[in-house]
Amino acid sequence: MSKKSMPIEKGHIMMFARAIGDENPIYSDEEYARDKLGGIIAPPTFIQSAAQFNPDNPLRPKIGEPWFGSGKTPTGIEKKGNKSEGSASTNMLHAEQHFEYHQPLKPGDVLTPEVTEGEKWEKESKRAGLLKFSESITKYFNQNNELVITARSVGVVTEKVVEN
Amino acid sequence: MIDVNNIKVGDTFEEVIVDNLTRTQIVQYAGVSGDYNPLHTDEIFTTQVAGYPSVFAHGMLTMGMTGKMLTNLVGDDNLKNFGVRFTNQVWPGDSLTTFAVITSIEKDSDNVLVNFELETLNQNNIPVVIGSATALI
Repeated sequence: MSKKSMPIEKGHIMMFARAIGDENPIYSDEEYARDKLGGIIAPPTFIQSAAQFNPDNPLRPKIGEPWFGSGKTPTGIEKKGNKSEGSASTNMLHAEQHFEYHQPLKPGDVLTPEVTEGEKWEKESKRAGLLKFSESITKYFNQNNELVITARSVGVVTEKVVEN
Repeated sequence: MIDVNNIKVGDTFEEVIVDNLTRTQIVQYAGVSGDYNPLHTDEIFTTQVAGYPSVFAHGMLTMGMTGKMLTNLVGDDNLKNFGVRFTNQVWPGDSLTTFAVITSIEKDSDNVLVNFELETLNQNNIPVVIGSATALI
């Protein structure tokens, strides 16, 4: 993700909590949250929605650019040989996600990510063929330059379609 | 929420985190998280182009729902670490249960540090998420 800051907003937190089916009022009820912890906080995996603020997010359709999902045809990207055009890949899956929490994440915070690439490795799998793993570590700093969350993500590119 | 004065290593907790996952909930998660990968929401693309039997949930939706079980267990703003591996896909119609086992307890004068091993299983007892978490309570 490029260096674009992410404002933490309470409406966004409320919608995120709804999407994960979490009715805990600490994520939406200001009065309840004020009495309990001094204010609303974000759920533990909320930082994943930083993707909304990444201008280059390849998994968000952009005006005027072809999108690989369906429209008039099953995919908006013309195939050339066996390879699809475009940067978004359909065989890239999320393998691991780890979070380290240094401070609670609150509405009003503005986070700036600092991304470093981690290790890369390969593994052979019966279910999905050759697996190519790559790791990235993102440190999120708030407006006071304090570290709030460290996120470590591992992605995997599979050779074959994976089914249970 | 657990009572830290009344826990021991090996104690196991469980919660159903979703019953009959709907495509609409997956769409909700796509919309809020910003991950609009059509593999999660576009049945035509996913079956006809990508070759999967249907759309499937974002791994992070399953991690988010697993996190709900954890915060219900350890309380708000107490998690220090939370990490998972995504071991199998989650499909529309799946029902998931998260199990958390206490692996260690360290007490000092003010707080208790509790480590958990986590597993979220689908209705066929296949693990979809395996991980661990640390809470300071």
